[in-house]
Amino acid sequence: MKHLIDPMDLGVEEINDILDLADDIIAHREKYSTACKGKKLATLFFEPSTRTRLSFEAAMMELGGNVLGFSDANSSSSTKGESVGDTIRIVSYYADIIAMRHPKEGAPMLAAAKALVPIINAGDGGHNHPTQTLTDLMTIRREKGRLSDLTIGFCGDLKFGRTVHSLIKAMSRYENIRFILISPEELQIPDYIRTEVFDKKGISYRQVSSMDDVMPELDILYMTRVQKERFFNEADYIRLKDTYILDCKKLKKAKPDLSILHPLPRVNEISTEVDDDPRACYFTQAHNGKFVRMALIMTMLA
Amino acid sequence: MNIDSIQNGIVLDHITAGKAMQLYKDLELERLDCSVAIIQNVKSNKMGRKDILKIDQEMSVNLDVIGYIDPDITVSIIKDGETIEKKKVAPPDRLINVVKCRNPRCITTTEQGIDHIFKLTDRENRIYRCLYCEDMLKQ
Repeated sequence: MKHLIDPMDLGVEEINDILDLADDIIAHREKYSTACKGKKLATLFFEPSTRTRLSFEAAMMELGGNVLGFSDANSSSSTKGESVGDTIRIVSYYADIIAMRHPKEGAPMLAAAKALVPIINAGDGGHNHPTQTLTDLMTIRREKGRLSDLTIGFCGDLKFGRTVHSLIKAMSRYENIRFILISPEELQIPDYIRTEVFDKKGISYRQVSSMDDVMPELDILYMTRVQKERFFNEADYIRLKDTYILDCKKLKKAKPDLSILHPLPRVNEISTEVDDDPRACYFTQAHNGKFVRMALIMTMLA
Repeated sequence: MNIDSIQNGIVLDHITAGKAMQLYKDLELERLDCSVAIIQNVKSNKMGRKDILKIDQEMSVNLDVIGYIDPDITVSIIKDGETIEKKKVAPPDRLINVVKCRNPRCITTTEQGIDHIFKLTDRENRIYRCLYCEDMLKQ
């Protein structure tokens, strides 16, 4: 039984297959409308989410399957003190596949050890979010037509941003990727990404604090939100939350074919005036998330 | 300074100077009912300075703990005053319930009855990471 806990659980070929399938689903929606008929997806969200949970549920429904689960830990037995392990073991009897989000890092790894059905990590604290990574890869591939030979700027909270860590790891497997890391000093990429991804693979990267200086070089700009829920100290959050705000003025220096991605939700790091710019891909990205999750569910249930 | 040799027990030699107390604690030697000699800062031709632990009782020691704390240690088994076996240790691939993850966001901080597991991710630099949250273990 295969689980998806870490984006690196999937090889490059497996990712290509999933992205090809997602592309085919977009092109031939009807063909897949009963692909998961009679199957049940449990969405266990111990932490709030809009896009991820709803896109999983919409994905399963579009495949003709059914959905059960909870969207808040307060409506689960975890409020009574039930362990994650017990919850997962029991839900395994009711569903064919489980997508779970949990605020504690490593919870899906623990779940995979207890589950009788495939587990999909739908986000564990500041750690991993592999289906967001698949969504990002799909969006880059559809926008650029390739996953190699790209300059990618990651901007904002690179310390706690799990989507950034996962996408860096995933992109490090493709040829000729130039990484530019744009963040304040306090929110720089964790050491382990530096040592175990960049240094170990001999990948060059640049750390900068100014978005303006590097804007003309970028093929992809991956914006992130400074996440309030990752801070223990609110004063630090308030001090850092408005460090980078992307607006039309900043985009004047960008390439005409830049693709702006954001895992969403945004707060104010992308001005709403950017939404109408043809380079803004973040809503398309959220849409892609449903299709790539459809492809993933189908693949994992096959 | 002289410390009597032991008749039956274990000698941990070539301990990096300063690490004997950590070994004493992590091997839970305070629970033993026998004599334990902690010899610190001994002159050594090979190491300059080293620590030695002598345990005056036949017992099994957790080689994973030793390999994690200091893989250069030599473990000698003593029987009737003679060394009958010498073991070299190595950093174990996995540490199970030896140390706990200190990441407050890790699932191991809240889930009951879970094994605390660290995996060796970089043998050269002896870096261990939590199996669950991948946080690096700091010695």
